[in-house]
Amino acid sequence: MVKLNFDENKCLACETRDCLTKCQYLDMDAEEAGAEMEKIIAGKDSRVLHECRTCYACEEYCPMGNHPFYLIVQRQEELNIPPLPEPIIKQGVQLGIPFRGDPEIEEIGGRVLNMGVFSPLTHLARGKLFEGLTLMSTDSRKMHHFFCQLMYLHFARTSVINERLPAVIDTILAYKPTEVVHFHDECYGAYTSYAPAFGIEVPFKSIHLFEHLYHRLLELKDQIRPLNYKVAYQRPCSSRLSPDGHAYVDKIFDLVGVKHVEREYVDENALCCGSTILSQRQEGSRRYCLELQKKNIADMKQAGAELCIFNCPACMQTIGKQVAENGIMPIWMSDLCRMAIGEKPD
Amino acid sequence: MDSIYKALVDIVGEDYVSNQKEELFTYSKDLGTSEPQWPNYVAAPKTADEVSRIVKLANEQNVAVVPLGGGMSLAGLALPLKGGIEMDLKRMDRILELNVKDRYVLLEAGTSQGKLTAYLHRHAPNLMHSEPGAPPAATIGGNLAIHGQGDLGHPYGFNSDMINGLEVVLPTGEICRFGSCALGNDWYTMHPLPDVSLFMGWSGSTGIITKVSLRLFPCKKINEQDIFLLEDEELVPEVLYELTHVGMAEDMMVVSQEIPPPFNRLHYVMVNIAGDTRDELEFKRQLMFDGKLAEYIKDGRGGIGAAGMDIERPVISKTSDWRKGGGFEYVGAIVPVTSYPQCYRHGVEVSARHGIPYTTLGRVLGTGHSMMFSWTFAFNRADEDTVRHSREALHETDEAVLKMGGTLWKPAVFGQKLVMKQMDEGTLQVMKKVKHMLDPNGIMNPGNWEVA
Ligand SMILES: Cc1cc2nc3c(=O)[nH]c(=O)nc-3n(C[C@H](O)[C@H](O)[C@H](O)COP(=O)(O)OP(=O)(O)OC[C@H]3O[C@@H](n4cnc5c(N)ncnc54)[C@H](O)[C@@H]3O)c2cc1C
Repeated sequence: MVKLNFDENKCLACETRDCLTKCQYLDMDAEEAGAEMEKIIAGKDSRVLHECRTCYACEEYCPMGNHPFYLIVQRQEELNIPPLPEPIIKQGVQLGIPFRGDPEIEEIGGRVLNMGVFSPLTHLARGKLFEGLTLMSTDSRKMHHFFCQLMYLHFARTSVINERLPAVIDTILAYKPTEVVHFHDECYGAYTSYAPAFGIEVPFKSIHLFEHLYHRLLELKDQIRPLNYKVAYQRPCSSRLSPDGHAYVDKIFDLVGVKHVEREYVDENALCCGSTILSQRQEGSRRYCLELQKKNIADMKQAGAELCIFNCPACMQTIGKQVAENGIMPIWMSDLCRMAIGEKPD
Repeated sequence: MDSIYKALVDIVGEDYVSNQKEELFTYSKDLGTSEPQWPNYVAAPKTADEVSRIVKLANEQNVAVVPLGGGMSLAGLALPLKGGIEMDLKRMDRILELNVKDRYVLLEAGTSQGKLTAYLHRHAPNLMHSEPGAPPAATIGGNLAIHGQGDLGHPYGFNSDMINGLEVVLPTGEICRFGSCALGNDWYTMHPLPDVSLFMGWSGSTGIITKVSLRLFPCKKINEQDIFLLEDEELVPEVLYELTHVGMAEDMMVVSQEIPPPFNRLHYVMVNIAGDTRDELEFKRQLMFDGKLAEYIKDGRGGIGAAGMDIERPVISKTSDWRKGGGFEYVGAIVPVTSYPQCYRHGVEVSARHGIPYTTLGRVLGTGHSMMFSWTFAFNRADEDTVRHSREALHETDEAVLKMGGTLWKPAVFGQKLVMKQMDEGTLQVMKKVKHMLDPNGIMNPGNWEVA
């Protein structure tokens, strides 16, 4: 039975209400936050359900290990308060429909690399860092079979995730992997945070890309030449579901010899790339998104970043160009690591 | 030796004429559903004078001449329906004059769209022409001969309205000029002399365009595409009305297609905008999205699907990949923008009946004055049954367009006949007189626009 495992009592007992008071997009004190959370728990309307920017961050802020974000999204769906216009939701939901046949699956029986829906980006997973990892889904036309569906958290559609995720898990399982390295934070979050929260069984072990990269870099340590760049990191929303994976960012930066610049919008305080905010129904969302992006990039610039490191294709697509136009080079995390061991990214 | 072949060799040289089956084979086909039609000869002239001599020869020998540009028009329009000489114009591809300050380029009509675009990128990066979404091998002359439309359809309408002068070889061989060039002046305007240019939309059946002065327009430094999504087809005309009111776009198209799924039963209003600075682009976006369209976003009926994307050429040809075999052909029609919902529904219905995933596209022409609407039908070239289904869907769509009050664009012969059947008798008679006057022996692309 797929049901959100949300402990109301833990939430009601919380004093800090960090989930909402720390939110960068809602201005709320602890008292109001408490009252709004109570409404949400009771299945009643709340301004949070209308004003949420779906940045996932409250999942990380919650000091009780509860699931405030999943609850908000579930309530948005139940009360029909979609954050996005209907055609955008329909488009998004249809995006995950496989349409070019089933993948040909061969048992691998070892460590596998899951590119999720991003199999057209397999060029990012080449070279020594990925040796020993077998890529599932080499056929990019079959990518939707590996799509973790978590994107629908932005669409107020936990029902779609819950309906489709078990089949995706079965597909991965059919490869008989011993461990699954997930290229995208979103997939890692789906299998290590979302699925357990909803009681969906995941019978394989998941590893975050950054953890994998870090350990491979350690193995290749003698080949690392410090890159000596000043870098900013664009933290994706789904990384909020895997703070354990995020912890590797600075470790990797240290290993490859780049300086993570000190800036305001970093780690817990990171800003959303704006991808989903752009289209939201709330009045003025388009301009709000632009302001957010400007603020984010200005902060990188002011901190002296020469490179901006991305891991999320949506972030890269949304602000990569703007970042470049501002004189900061956008670059993938895996490419940065490859450069450090003397490889040339494809 | 065959006397026509020999005469052609005299005109264009041995390397540029053929009557060999293996070469004629290539010219016997086009990309669409048409049955092969074999020419007897193919000749590739280099100059207007050679074109003229070939046409005179054809009159003497009473054989047909069919002009061929890139051969991309799909509807069999450049196939030699009655044999004769296929005249391949691709060697006539010189760019003769670029006038930056007066914003025109004079070129030979066989110049490809791709060549002109590349030339402008290099020599006049702040100028552009209205390139159709066709493959870059399509020629300037071929596009004009069928009243094509392109990148600048929204502000300026049909490509054939964007010319400053023409040189044409008449079906009897005379070389004529139209526009300011007819006075021996520069090629800077088509108007205001008495209107005797009778070559656009005739699919090469009234003469062969050999030179064109094409208007050029400002090409801004940044070109991007934004997408506004709608689910209800009834909303498309009103959204386009709002967008054309602010007039900020260069090109505006609405795409809906069954495959891939994110396009299914949704309407992608694709808005191409340009600016020399980010501020200019943002000003345009504010007018479009934060003005009238804000209501649709707020009430959830429409949404911004993407902003600031790189512009891809229209992706219609990709639809041919959605089923095996890589073939497709479309019916194009010029319709009022308000017909969009009806046109779309027809596309869904007829495609489903023939087992073809539906693909429709509308391109706004002028300030919403009309729309080019296309229904694309994919088929497997190796499967005659799917070709037959596409052909039937094309014919049914031709009929439906006329019933809906639309006007067929670049129709195949089947559609031309339907159009002429419905046409006002007076107009038909003028067409007949024009054709007879210009082409008394009926040698120019016979079978096309033949008034009974
Ligand atoms: C994927 C795809 C997308 C397309 N998108 C568009 C689009 O966005 N806009 C658009 O307008 N079209 C489009 N087309 C249709 C067509 O390809 C173009 O209109 C193209 O410009 C036609 O030029 P061509 O040189 O290929 O003409 P051809 O096919 O060679 O000829 C077209 C007609 O004109 C005659 N002709 C050719 N050259 C001359 C000449 N010099 N003088 C007199 N008659 C001549 C031919 O006999 C024939 O009847 C598309 C086609 C494809 C395959």
